[in-house]
Amino acid sequence: MNKLQEESNLASFATMRTDRWWIEPLWTGAGFLCFVIYTTWAMIQANHYFVGSYLSPLYSPLLFVDPSAAGSAPVHHAWFGAWPSWWPSFIPASPAIFILFGPLSFRLTCYYYRKFYYRAYFGTPPGCAVAPIPQKNYKGETAFLLFQNFHRYTLYIALAYIAVLFYDAVISLFRDGVLGVGVGSLIMFVNVGLLCCYTLGCHAYRHLVGGRLDCFSCPKGQESLYHRIWEKVSCLNSKHMFWAWVSMIWVGFTDFYIRMVSMGVFHDFNTWGH
Amino acid sequence: MAERKFRVWRGDSQQGQFVEYDVEVGPGMVVLDVIHRIQARQASDLAARWNCKAGKCGSCSVEINGKPRLGCMTRLNQFTPDEMISIRPLKTFPVIKDLVTDVKWNFEQNKRIAPFKPGPRPADGNYRMYQRDVERVQEFRKCIECYLCQNVCHVLRDHDKKDKFVGPRFMIRLASLEMHPLDQEDRIGKIKDEFGSGLCNITRCCTDVCPEHIQITDNGIIPLKERVVDRFYDPILWLIRKILARGQSPC
Repeated sequence: MNKLQEESNLASFATMRTDRWWIEPLWTGAGFLCFVIYTTWAMIQANHYFVGSYLSPLYSPLLFVDPSAAGSAPVHHAWFGAWPSWWPSFIPASPAIFILFGPLSFRLTCYYYRKFYYRAYFGTPPGCAVAPIPQKNYKGETAFLLFQNFHRYTLYIALAYIAVLFYDAVISLFRDGVLGVGVGSLIMFVNVGLLCCYTLGCHAYRHLVGGRLDCFSCPKGQESLYHRIWEKVSCLNSKHMFWAWVSMIWVGFTDFYIRMVSMGVFHDFNTWGH
Repeated sequence: MAERKFRVWRGDSQQGQFVEYDVEVGPGMVVLDVIHRIQARQASDLAARWNCKAGKCGSCSVEINGKPRLGCMTRLNQFTPDEMISIRPLKTFPVIKDLVTDVKWNFEQNKRIAPFKPGPRPADGNYRMYQRDVERVQEFRKCIECYLCQNVCHVLRDHDKKDKFVGPRFMIRLASLEMHPLDQEDRIGKIKDEFGSGLCNITRCCTDVCPEHIQITDNGIIPLKERVVDRFYDPILWLIRKILARGQSPC
């Protein structure tokens, strides 16, 4: 280690950078924290997640329903019926508790999110050419963080959620057996579209659909379907950060809109006339 | 011509300090021009490495106001007129003198990588590749070996894990070989165990500083990490491989 290295290794966040390198970790860290606070609050509320034919994405799929909660879904909407009587009273009777781990695990192990939270929350490093928070023996993703390698399995879970949310969006077009459309339905369809752009542009998906191959044209020399899909996925992947943020914010907005309509704060414009 | 202040790190592997220079600057000048002007008029013993002045040889890598950059591609008008510009050598490698560092560790890493090994020639004796199959590896061939990515990688720069991780430049060299349609060599085990793919936590600084705009992380390191997952961390693929291997075995 030379003198220059010794000098600049003295403190965390030591850098000679004169630009505002801390803005990016600050806004990404604060932005994600806001989302986590909102979703935790929305989960604990356990009410106003359903109105008309709209179901909040934070509560879907509905495994159990407590029909006594304000703004809850009818019991027949739940996969397993009414809320279990054995449920401990100190844990909120919220359907969101059962399902939030799925999308959360996908985002937690996502290659983009890893970049931002390693920078924003763990300071490894906080910015490029900025000294990290010192660690005795840096191990990267070889020890405790080996679980990041399960990202492809969380991808499968995320794909299943997209199918469920798409079903919810389609169902939202039918109210009391009448086909119609409302602002809420449009918001739900946009939500599914944005989640598709994020999930189908994921690095693990890109690998599985074609990235794992060394040769797209072998053995016949013709362009394979793998290559065409890989190219499309690569397009989405090049904007993965954008889709990650927009889809995350829209999930929160969809829940917020349905919550507000359920509480009577917002009026939902729709073709059903109520 | 206006005059502006520069701080240039002067010293060797044992000691050193920043020295201030007032330099006449003109329109269109880059940081490497400033270094040459200091050499010509004020400090003829200032050591700096350079060659093409066109961002293609990768020789003039330095840290300018703390950011790893090529001196020849950093225009002075990127900085505000009253901003002091500090120039120092790459932090990750030992200083030889002033702005020149010893980057031979990188050449040693290159030697550790198993070279390109094509399979047997087809019946007509000619290897064939299609453009769509080599596009991926052509991106990696743009590397000019400036080692800015190696310098900014915190695994090498701050944690000094040079014995465990080859760094982003050689991860993309490995990717260029592993993804080559004709290559038959298997390097995945070594990528995990010897070249240290797991130590990269993909904070993408290597991609941010690459003067050739190679998507080092998205197109090189992450695909290699996914191939390592295929081989070592995917229980379903592991099971499938076991079953297929048993099917081929006479026992």
